[in-house]
Amino acid sequence: MRIQLELNGDRTRVDVEPRDILADTLREACGLTSVHLGCEHGSCGACTIEIDGQVARSCLILSIAAEGRPVRTLDGLAEDPVMQALKQSFHRKHALQCGFCTPGMLMIARDMIRRHDRLDEATVREGLAGHICRCTGYVGIVDAILDAHASLSDRHADSQADNQAGDRAGDRADHHHETRRAG
Amino acid sequence: MKPSSFEYQRPDSLAAAMAALAGQEATPMSGGQSLLILLRMRMTEASTLIDVSRLPELSASSLDQGILRIGAGTTHAAIEDGLVPDASCGMMARVAGGIAYRAVRNVGTIGGSLALSDPAADWPVCLLALGASVVVQGESGERRHAMADFLTGTFTTLLEPGELLTRIEMPALPTGSRWGYAKLARKHGAFADSLGAAVLPAGGDPRMVLGATMEHARLLTRSMEALARDPDLGWDVLAPILRDDIAEADPNADAYRLRCHVATLRKALLQARGY
Repeated sequence: MRIQLELNGDRTRVDVEPRDILADTLREACGLTSVHLGCEHGSCGACTIEIDGQVARSCLILSIAAEGRPVRTLDGLAEDPVMQALKQSFHRKHALQCGFCTPGMLMIARDMIRRHDRLDEATVREGLAGHICRCTGYVGIVDAILDAHASLSDRHADSQADNQAGDRAGDRADHHHETRRAG
Repeated sequence: MKPSSFEYQRPDSLAAAMAALAGQEATPMSGGQSLLILLRMRMTEASTLIDVSRLPELSASSLDQGILRIGAGTTHAAIEDGLVPDASCGMMARVAGGIAYRAVRNVGTIGGSLALSDPAADWPVCLLALGASVVVQGESGERRHAMADFLTGTFTTLLEPGELLTRIEMPALPTGSRWGYAKLARKHGAFADSLGAAVLPAGGDPRMVLGATMEHARLLTRSMEALARDPDLGWDVLAPILRDDIAEADPNADAYRLRCHVATLRKALLQARGY
């Protein structure tokens, strides 16, 4: 049967069977190859996408059940400022080797940064528990997420400070210090 | 693996869903975060899936005159984020945040979890400890079951084919009540080796629950009676009573599993007592 999907802001019509899995449809029918398939049963996190604005595993969603619900994949986040910061941090901190888990890692990292004003290593590691990387040992990935969070907090603090008339340099330095510690 | 073929329907009202479930071999699916795994691995099969995840009747929650009602279609993440009223002194939000992974919690639902009744699931343990009931919509109307009655075995409940679990109801836990919840798993988000819950309601009798047994979550009645007689009962006296309860709740547990059970229950009770 033919269904309409909303993928990265574009409406697309695809032919599916009821048993077709969203991850397969995204890759095979729609060419969204950032969606990686590892375990295909919800354990490895490589297929993580966003549906209705929330992260989800595309291997555990039927394509037909995604009808009428906006879907976003890493392919559609090239202009997203959080994703841009994450990509730079992943590069800087050597957070990938083979790159297979990376799209899922980036998707969950973006979700963590958006949901937490403060991030610490324990929270990041807990958030990564559902994502398997067989190369890095996770140290670089954890560092990269904390690094991206800190750089975004600094940028946020800068723009806040710029917007404040009569902002005192001392306050601003304190604020920076706070956000860095929070990161 | 890919699931074998099935039909798919997505009714837009509870009445339409009940009609779709009646008179044919149909399986209701909510978030599908367990069911799709079972279908993919071909550990179970379905001829027709009825997608109930968008039914407005299953999404409403309310706290009214001391009774909390949670729609069965409420996601774990909604409870974790406090998007439904809390009547558990924060216990449900904490338990929700420990279920699987965030990407699963955004999709999986409390009703789906209870209907599946995986022995290692968190909600049966938590809701048994909170004295909750489930509301089941059948052909001839609604009925209620206390959690203790509803859970009957491994992946087995009082739900009959053609019926739908529509909501959870529970009396609000009085302000000042205390609780503890402990899970032992190989890693965060993995299936639990043991789940222990302790609830000390202000002005009420203590409740202790063990989960991740071979069958289903159980109230530990001897320990609860002992704690009702003496709320400050020391571990030396309580431990042998707890061990008797554990032996009855999980008779086939090996030595490792027994130690896990003692550890989670002790931790839950210590948390609840404020240590």
